[in-house]
Amino acid sequence: MRKAFLPLLVLTGAMFAYAPVMIAGAPYESTMLLVQKIFYFHVPSWFAMFTGVFVAGLAGVWFLARTDERGDRVAVSASEIALMFGAMGLTSGPIWAKRAWGVAWQWDAKLTIALLLELIFVAYLLLRKYGGAGSEKLAAAVALFGMAVVPFVYYAVNIWRTIHPSNSVVPSLEPGMFGPFWFCVMTFMLFFLVLLALRVRVERLRTDLDELYRAEES
Amino acid sequence: MTVDFDRVELSEVSRHFGRRRAVTRVSIAVSRGDILGLLGPNGAGKSTLIAMLSTLVVPSSGRILYGRQSASDGGAALRSRIGLLAHELHLYPELSARHNLEFFARLYGLDPGRVVPAALESASLSDRADDAVAGFSRGMRQRLGLERALLHNPRLVLFDEPFTGLDDRSVNVVADRLKHLASAGTIVVVATHDLDLAEGLVTRVAVVRDGKLICDEPASKGLRSQYRALVGHA
Amino acid sequence: MFLRTALLVLKKDVSVEVKSLEIVFTTLFFAISCVLIFSFALVGPDGEAIDKAMVPSAILWIAVAFAGVLGLGRAFERERYGETLKALLLAPAPRPAIYVGKLLGILLLLFMTELVLVPTIAFVFDAPLFDRVLLLAGLLVAGNIGFAAVGTLFAAMLVRSGSREIMLPILLYPITIPVLIAGVRGTSALLSADPSVPAATMWLSVLLSFDVVFVTLALWTFEPLMTE
Repeated sequence: MRKAFLPLLVLTGAMFAYAPVMIAGAPYESTMLLVQKIFYFHVPSWFAMFTGVFVAGLAGVWFLARTDERGDRVAVSASEIALMFGAMGLTSGPIWAKRAWGVAWQWDAKLTIALLLELIFVAYLLLRKYGGAGSEKLAAAVALFGMAVVPFVYYAVNIWRTIHPSNSVVPSLEPGMFGPFWFCVMTFMLFFLVLLALRVRVERLRTDLDELYRAEES
Repeated sequence: MTVDFDRVELSEVSRHFGRRRAVTRVSIAVSRGDILGLLGPNGAGKSTLIAMLSTLVVPSSGRILYGRQSASDGGAALRSRIGLLAHELHLYPELSARHNLEFFARLYGLDPGRVVPAALESASLSDRADDAVAGFSRGMRQRLGLERALLHNPRLVLFDEPFTGLDDRSVNVVADRLKHLASAGTIVVVATHDLDLAEGLVTRVAVVRDGKLICDEPASKGLRSQYRALVGHA
Repeated sequence: MFLRTALLVLKKDVSVEVKSLEIVFTTLFFAISCVLIFSFALVGPDGEAIDKAMVPSAILWIAVAFAGVLGLGRAFERERYGETLKALLLAPAPRPAIYVGKLLGILLLLFMTELVLVPTIAFVFDAPLFDRVLLLAGLLVAGNIGFAAVGTLFAAMLVRSGSREIMLPILLYPITIPVLIAGVRGTSALLSADPSVPAATMWLSVLLSFDVVFVTLALWTFEPLMTE
C-alpha cells in the first residue's frame, strides 16, 4: 500500500481536476437541465459511502473473530469516511430533489437506508468516544449489525411506490452521460481509498504512539 | 484428559489499557500448597493480575499456563477449577443468602442440597440464611462471598482484598480457612495492601509496583520492613 | 443563599459538561433516535401522517420499544451491582447460554407488559385489536424476539465495558427500525378498514427472518464480545 500511495494520490488529484471538464461536456438531461449534473457528485458519494459501510462491517468481523487490532483500525477509519461521504450524499440529495421534484425528503428505501446508516455510524463513533474501556468490540458489533440490517430495511421500505429514481436510471442514461458518470464513480472510489489509507495510517501511528508511551519507562 | 493442574505460571505477562500500562512483563510461578501474597500500593496492578489469572481478562502479551494448558485450551473446564473473590463480592442483594449459594451451586453443576448447608455453616450464617443479602453487613457479605467462591472446591483460589471490612474474629477465621485450603493442596493467591494481615499468612511474597514485579521470594519474619525496603514507603 | 447555591450547582454542572460535551451529544442523539422511531411509526410512505385508524398500532409498537429499552437497562443493571456478570462469565457454563437466559427473561417481561398494553390501547383507541388475536400475538412475539435479541447483546456489553445506560437506546433504535416498521405495518394491516391477512402474514415473515439472522449473529458475537 505504501508504494502505491503516491501514484494513487496523483491519479486521484488528476481525475478530480479533469472531472469538471467531463461533466461540462456531458449532455443535458431533458427535464432537469443543469441541476441534474449534481448527480455526478451525489451518486458516486453513495457508492463510496456504501463501500465504507461494508468495509467497516467486514473489518469489524475480522476484529472480533481474530482479535486483530488492524481490523479495528480499518473499521474506525472506514466508518468515519463513510460518515463523511454519507453527509455529502444526504446534503446533495435534498438540494437536487427540491429543485428537480419539488420535495426535499422522501421516506423511500434508499433515503431511509442512507439516513439509518448515517445514524448507526454516528452511534458507532459516539460509542468509541464516550463508551468505557472495552468499547471497540461492541462498536465492531454495531458496525456488523448495521451492515446486516441493510437488506431488511431495503425490503421493508421498498414495498411502496417511490419517487426516487429507480435503479434502472443507470442503464438508461443517455450514451453521452455514461463516460462522465463512471469516471466520477472511479474518481470517488479512488478518493475513498486514498482517505482510507491516510486514516488507517493515522490510526496506526496513534496506536504506535501509545505503545511507545507505554514502553518508555521499562 | 484431566484439567487439574499443580502449578500456575505467568511468563512475561503484560496488560495495557490504551496508554495505561497496568501490568508490565510479570513472571511468577505458584504451586500447590503456596499462599502467594501479591502486595503493593493501590494502583500497582494487583487487581489486573488477579483478573488475568481468573481468565476474565486476556493478557496483551505473555502467557499464563495452568499446568500445561493455557486459558483458551482449558476453556470452560478450566474455569470450573478456579474460584474468585473480588472486591464487589459477586452476590445478588435481592436474593437471600441461601438462594445466592443455591444459584451458584447449580451454575457449577453441584447438588445444592449437598454443598449449601455446609457453606452456610462455615460462614456462620445459618440463622440468617433466608434473609436478603441487601440487609447484611459488609462482614457478613464477605463471609458469604468467600463461601460462594469456594463452593466448587477450586484448585486455584484468587482473592482480591479479602479482609476488607472484617472484624478481628472474622479475619482470623478467613486466614485459618486460607491456610487450611493451602495445606489441602489448593493454590492460593491473595492480593492485599494490608501488610499486618499478610504477615504470618502468606508463604511467598510478590511485591508489585507500577505494574512491575519488584520481588518474589519466600515470606520471612518482618514483612513490613521487607516491604518498606523494597517499595520505599510504609 | 438559596439562589447562590442553585447557581453554584449549575455552574459546576456546566463546567463538567463543557469538558467533553458527552451528555449534550448523547442526549441530542437519543432525541434524534426517538424522532426516528416516531416518524417511522407515524408517517406513511408518501410523507403524510398516517390515517387515524393506524394510530393504535403505532402507539403499541412505540410503547414496546420504550418499555423494552427500560427493561433491558434494569435487567442488566442488576448484574452491574456486585459485578455478578463477572461471576456468571467465570462459571463453567457456556457463555451463549447466559445470553439466552437473559433474552428469555426480557421476552417474558415484554410479554407481560403487552398483556396489559394491548387491552389498554384497544380500549382507549377503540381499536379492534382482538379480531385476529393469533396473528397479532405472532407479530408481537416475533417483533419482541428481534428487538430483544439485539438489545440483550448490546446491554450485556455495555455493562461489561462500564458504559452509560443511555448508549443503549442510541445503539439499539436505528438497528431495530426494520422490526418497528414491520410490526407497525403488520398490525396496521389488521386494523385497517379493510383488514388484510396476507399483508400481515407477509410482515410476520419479515420479522421472522430478521429474528433468525440477528439471533444467530448475536449468539456468534456474544462470546468474543464478553472476553476482554
